[in-house]
Amino acid sequence: MTAVAEPGRADLREPAGWRRTKNRIMTVLMYAAFVLTIVPLVFVLYTVIAKGASIISWQFLTAEIPFNVAPANVGGMGPAILGTIEITALASVMAVPLGVLGAIYLNEYGGKNRNLLARFLGFLADVMTGVPSIIMGLFIFSIWVLYFQFSGFAGALALGCLMLPIVIRSTEEMLKLVPDSLREGSYALGATKSRVTLTVVLPAALGGIVSGVLLAIARAAGETAPLLFTILTVTAANPNVFSGPNTSLPSQIFVNASSPYSGAQARGWGAALTLIAIAFVLMITARLVTARFDRFSR
Amino acid sequence: MSAVTQTGQAAPGDVPARGLTAGRGLADRTFRWLALGSGLLVLVILVLIAITTTQQASSWFATEGWGIFGTTWNPSANQFGALPFIYGTAVTGVIALIISVPVSLGIALLLTEVVPYRRARPIVYVVDLLAVVPSVVWGLWGILVFAPWVQHIYASIGSGVNGIPVLGSLFGPPTSGASFFTAGIILAFMITPIVTSLSREVIATVPSIDREGAYALGATRWEMIRGVVWPHSQGGVVGAVLLGLGRAVGETIAAALVIGSSPTISSHLFAPGYNMPAVIANQFGEATGVQRSGLMGLGVLLFVFTIIINVIARATVERSARRMRGA
Repeated sequence: MTAVAEPGRADLREPAGWRRTKNRIMTVLMYAAFVLTIVPLVFVLYTVIAKGASIISWQFLTAEIPFNVAPANVGGMGPAILGTIEITALASVMAVPLGVLGAIYLNEYGGKNRNLLARFLGFLADVMTGVPSIIMGLFIFSIWVLYFQFSGFAGALALGCLMLPIVIRSTEEMLKLVPDSLREGSYALGATKSRVTLTVVLPAALGGIVSGVLLAIARAAGETAPLLFTILTVTAANPNVFSGPNTSLPSQIFVNASSPYSGAQARGWGAALTLIAIAFVLMITARLVTARFDRFSR
Repeated sequence: MSAVTQTGQAAPGDVPARGLTAGRGLADRTFRWLALGSGLLVLVILVLIAITTTQQASSWFATEGWGIFGTTWNPSANQFGALPFIYGTAVTGVIALIISVPVSLGIALLLTEVVPYRRARPIVYVVDLLAVVPSVVWGLWGILVFAPWVQHIYASIGSGVNGIPVLGSLFGPPTSGASFFTAGIILAFMITPIVTSLSREVIATVPSIDREGAYALGATRWEMIRGVVWPHSQGGVVGAVLLGLGRAVGETIAAALVIGSSPTISSHLFAPGYNMPAVIANQFGEATGVQRSGLMGLGVLLFVFTIIINVIARATVERSARRMRGA
């Protein structure tokens, strides 16, 4: 396009004219796309912090949930925080060991080139991550709540169904990274497969597994839809996670968001800030764990 | 590797080796079965979801027949047609994709082709933060802050295009803050992280020798992207977009709060509507009889839709990944 270079010397100048302009426009558009995603993120976080920070206090974190009409300075979200912790913890206790074991089957027993069953199950785990969370709620409603009533445990089952494929997939990714030489070395010493897996492969991948599990917990803690028809969202605190209706932070936010009263909405913002804070703590811990183990393994 | 295992498992029958491996075979086999059982759990849960929800929905399928695809949902008149919700799900999903896909692809290209690795990390963190904000917080913000704000914009656009043939029927009055479009925008925010990270993974598999070849021929960066990156990653990106669609279609709580909760089939994108997950979330708690069964049936339809979308998406991604490895 531009002046043809002398023979023997390549023309390394940036192309001029329309080609250059177009390239610049596209680069600017790519940056614009990034800015476009920052705007809503900052907007949301700013609103939640601005509206939530003023209401958060020790009283807010522990007090009973008042009636919707109560003004902002009355009561708090104590039962919801208790419920979220109970239900998410119970869900993790069920989903994490099963998910890790499932991943072990996929990666350690599936064989080098993956037998058909392992490939199929891996594919299903992927598909299951895409099943909408509300379906998990409907499922647990029809298989559990209809027979055993609403309870925190039912909610934990629904959240567990949601977490299971996420834990399987993230753990499997980490197991794949463990070098085969470690496994072969242990076999050479005469260890059985279960022993190799439990004492060599799992510890080697532990950092990544923990960080994946934390992210799955963060995701589950923020879910509302699976809890709607499994815990019934009451306002009273219920320390017994195995029987009786319960409540959780996301469910309370959902209720308060549809409420016309400013006090209830203010408590909703406070609960939103609490929930985001929990998710952030989990996410940052996950990053720290990854970073620590990265350095360790190097 | 498997040969070694075989020896380990066969050893207990072997008398001289007994001292070394006594009692190991059982533990090993138990562990194997435990792992297999956990792996199979995924299959079991998926099958159980299909069976139990379909069972609960059977009275809706039985009483309505093909009427399940009727255009009216009016519980007080015993009319339970699902079409308004299917329509709303499709409309909000498409709006979300139209907004999210160009943005996600832009960020994915920015991360892989423009900024150096060190500066890419913070950008990845920021985009992932979008995924950390829970659905219900998007909903809370959407209905209390975003909808009232965007309402004025809708109103001025609406009066601007009123009477113009196509635009008038899409964006004209009646306008409302809680609407198909608001739900679509919020869903777009929510699916951007996943579409971005999947596209980025796909784009990262383009061989750098091809990139360098294009640059060596004097291509600008954009020409290289169009000539090398796009043909290579096309299939995978389609898969990523489909997975984003699957997410958008199933997102419940945010949509339930901002979509306006009106079971109408309307071409007005700024008008209140409804979609499948939202109506389940809002009505299931108080529903009884055929209505409850109908909502369960909507769940079954949603399950089937998302499974189909996900299977196609994963197959597309997998196929393009395999082709890349072959190349």
